[in-house]
This record gives sequence, C-alpha cells and structure tokens, in this order.
Amino acid sequence: MSNNLLVVRDLSMRFGGLLAVDQMALTVDERQIVSLIGPNGAGKTTVFNCISGFYRPTSGEVIFQGKAMHRLPDYKIARHGMVRTFQNIRLFREMTVLENLLIAQHMQAERNLLKGMFNTSGYRKKEDELADRAAYWLERVGLLEHANRESAYLSYGQQRRLEIARCMVTQPRLLMLDEPAAGLNPRETAELDELIVELKDQQGVAVLLIEHDMKLVMGISDQIVVVNQGAHLASGTPDEIRNNPDVIKAYLGEE
Amino acid sequence: MSESLLYFFQQVINGLTVGSTYALIAIGYTMVYGIIGMINFAHGEIYMIGTYVTFIVVTALASMGIEFLPVVLVTALAISMLVAGSYGYAIERVAYRPVRGSKRLIALISAIGMSIFLQNYMRLAQGPRDLAMPGLISGGWDLSGEGPLALSLSYMQAIIFIATLVSMGALTWFISRSRTGRACRACAQDQGMTSLLGINTNKVIAITFVIGAMLAAVAGFLLGLYYGVVNPMIGFIAGLKAFTAAVLGGIGSIPGAMLGGLILGVTENMTAAYFSTEYKDVVAFTLLCLILLFKPSGILGKPEVEKI
Repeated sequence: MSNNLLVVRDLSMRFGGLLAVDQMALTVDERQIVSLIGPNGAGKTTVFNCISGFYRPTSGEVIFQGKAMHRLPDYKIARHGMVRTFQNIRLFREMTVLENLLIAQHMQAERNLLKGMFNTSGYRKKEDELADRAAYWLERVGLLEHANRESAYLSYGQQRRLEIARCMVTQPRLLMLDEPAAGLNPRETAELDELIVELKDQQGVAVLLIEHDMKLVMGISDQIVVVNQGAHLASGTPDEIRNNPDVIKAYLGEE
Repeated sequence: MSESLLYFFQQVINGLTVGSTYALIAIGYTMVYGIIGMINFAHGEIYMIGTYVTFIVVTALASMGIEFLPVVLVTALAISMLVAGSYGYAIERVAYRPVRGSKRLIALISAIGMSIFLQNYMRLAQGPRDLAMPGLISGGWDLSGEGPLALSLSYMQAIIFIATLVSMGALTWFISRSRTGRACRACAQDQGMTSLLGINTNKVIAITFVIGAMLAAVAGFLLGLYYGVVNPMIGFIAGLKAFTAAVLGGIGSIPGAMLGGLILGVTENMTAAYFSTEYKDVVAFTLLCLILLFKPSGILGKPEVEKI
C-alpha cells in the first residue's frame, strides 16, 4: 500500500438526476503512467474534475499520499502536489508565456502578503529563482524563445506544451493530463509521447492520463483503467486490456 | 492670453481635479468587476467613510493640539485608508462571498443592500447633517493673468493631482510587477484555473476589495479636504459618478477607469462653466446612457466574449 500515490474509492458524482460517475475506483502508484480510457461521455473528465477538486464529489474518497483530498478546496489539493490540464486549453491568454509559468509557482513563493507587496531583496531573489525554473521548463518544452510573447499567439501544439510546462513548474507528484494529444499532428503526438515518458523517468512524477489516441495510450501506459457509463469496467496492463472481452465489447467492439 | 482662454483653462484644471478623484473611486469598481464580474454598489459608501474618518482624525488631532500640517495629513490619510480597507474586506466577506456562486442579480441586490445599510449606519453614528471642517490648506499659485479671472492652481488642487498620480503609479506597479498583482490578473482571466494552480482565489479577491477601498479612501481624504463638508449621502452620488467613469473608460480596464474619470470631471465642469451648474449631473448621466447605447464596452474596454 505504501507505494500508492493516489487511491480513488467509491467515487460518485451526481448532477441532478444524472449519475455521471458511479462508484469509480482507481489507483496510481509512484512513477507510474495510468491512462483513463472509455467512450465519449463515459465520465472520464468528471472523474478528473472530482479528483482535482474542481467538482466536489457526491460521495467517495480521494486519497493522495495517504491524505484525504475530497473535502479540501482545489487550491489546497494543488499544493499537495497534484496538478492538471484541461481538454480545452486553459492558459492565461493575455499573459506572456513566462508569466504563465510564474503564476503557477505563486504557491511556492512565500505566502507573506506584505513581503509580496514590497520589493525586498528576499523577494527579488525568490523571483529570480522562479524565473530560473520557468526558463528551465521553457527550454525543456522548446518555448524559451517565445518567453515574452502573449500565450494566445502560440500555435496549438505550443500551447499544449506550455500547459504541461506550467504544471511541471509546480513540482508536482502527480500530473493529470486531459487529452493532451487532442488536435496534435502525428509528429507532435510522438514528441508528446516522448515528453511524458521523460517526465516520469527523469522527474519521477506519476501521470494520470485521459486520451483517445490508442497508439499513445497502449505505448506508454503502465496501467489502463476503462470507464464505461461512469463506472469502472476493467483495469490492467495494456495487454490485459487489449484482450479483455468486456472492453472489446464496450469500447473497441466496433472494429 | 485672453480672458476667455484663461477661463477655459481654469475649468480644465478644476475638471481634472474632480475627475482625478472620480478616477480613484472608479478603479475600485473596475477592479472588482474585472475579477468577479459584479458591480460593487457599496463602493461609494467606502469613499464616504474615508471622508468621515479624515474629518474625525483631523478634529481629534486638533483637540490634542497637533496641528503641524504634514503630520495631520499623513496620519489622516493613513488611518482613513486603514479603516476603509477594513470595511472593504468586511463587506466582501459578509455581503458578497456568500452569494458569489449565485446569479449576478443576487450579488447586485446584496450590494445595494450593503450600500443602504452603510448610509444609514453613518447617519445614526454621525448624524444626518452636513459636518464642516475649516480648510487646512489655502492659497495657491497664479499661473497667468491677474485679478478675479486669473488662471490659478491652488495648493489643494496640486495635492490632489500629486496624490492621484502617486496612487495610480503605485497601483500600476503593483498590478503589473508584483507577485500578488500577477495573481490578481490571473484570477481576473480564469479564476478556476488560478485556483487549480494552488492559489487561494478567495484571498486574491479580498485583496482586490481592500485595494479598491483604500483608493476610494484616498479620494475621500482629498475631496474631504477640498470641499470641507461631509454628510452620509455623499457616497451615493460620488459612487454613481465613479461608476459612470468606469463604464465610460471600459469597465474592467484600469487605465480606462483613470481616463473615464478625467473625461467625466472635465465634461461636468465645462457644463457647469458654460451652461448651467444644475445641468452638470444631467450631462454626466446622459453621457452614461449614450455610452451604454452606442459603445457598451467603453473607450478602452474589450467587447465581452461569452465564455464557453
């Protein structure tokens, strides 16, 4: 059990009469890539929203590094080391690329408001530190030369990479990516594939991924969790999932 | 310079004086709108409270025998900013945060309720009548011409310009350069995402209210000294004027609020000078109607795009 980074148990989310997530369960271990797959409308993003605190789940538990997250406000969950991206990119469009990364490190900067208001030397030192880390990640995702452009002017693929960089500057334990390959061309998808594996190997983060690109999912996942109609259908290694008759029926059956 | 030209420039100076204080109040409206999309109709009352606190502090210091002007001014300004800031914080906490998730209309009604509450509370605490204070700062410079039609800038007007410039400079620096200011901008763009990055957005919103309130207190302090009178109702009309200024400049835009305040102040003064004093409010609010009809996004505002 000590190896479990994230444990989700009996998670349900109800919107009025609609049970969007029904008794969902999943586990992510340290340094593992886990993919959440399922047909459109299966409730994958809702599961993400509940885990990250964007929604408050109707019932169930989200345990991260042994601590209960499901009653905390979203900003506190993020401070525990769990960050996410959105399916539709949510950058601060009117801010520069660099500022997007500085904002994400706000929580690590000292929380003393007065110090934050005045330009003390400690403050400037901290700012430099934040800028250094931002520069490191911009280089990693190939956006260093765009640091001072407004993020709205980046190409789609660049915006996706900036979102991942913005997560990484927070130094998370768990990175949650909601369809990061959506809208990317095959070459960009291959780069993304490489980047995610590198993040796991070099930075030691675990990744929870929602993705429709089966080639990407099958290629990089350690575990796959299949959701159908809001409920857990199956989980296992890529090979197990590929050969699971229930999954084939519910999800891959059309082929 | 001819007398009519002197008269014209004098009106510009007078208009900019009042206009810069409108701008200070308007910033509070525009910042709060920018970050949570609501109109804080109790904001004018914060200005009124700032003026009362200034009067109280000046009177108290005088009764203690402290009349050295710089000390009196700095103390009065600091205390009124502090008190107004606390009111700003408390108003947000009590009247707006509990209804933030609900429909816009509900927050608006809560704001109007808060405004009525503060007016009447001040009426009970300080009495409904005008309180007057002797002018602390008199005199000025004659810039051009002589006699009653000379172009002059009073010391008080100069103080208003300087205080406004300093406040706006400080605010601009804070918003664009400081870490907390950056969080304010992020929050204004996408509150949900800001929160998911580990920033306590409730705190950021509270800071916005406090800053807005402090700027209104600066305006209250300045206009209190300029006019020398205060009553519990002054916040209502000043609030409406500042709101007009904020809409004129483009609500949500800080440079817009500054510009809108100045334009409104000058327009009002020109009306009073060349047409009739009674019509200056009519002109101000006609301007509001015209802007809302023909350019609702204001001079520097961006057209609102519905978020999907």
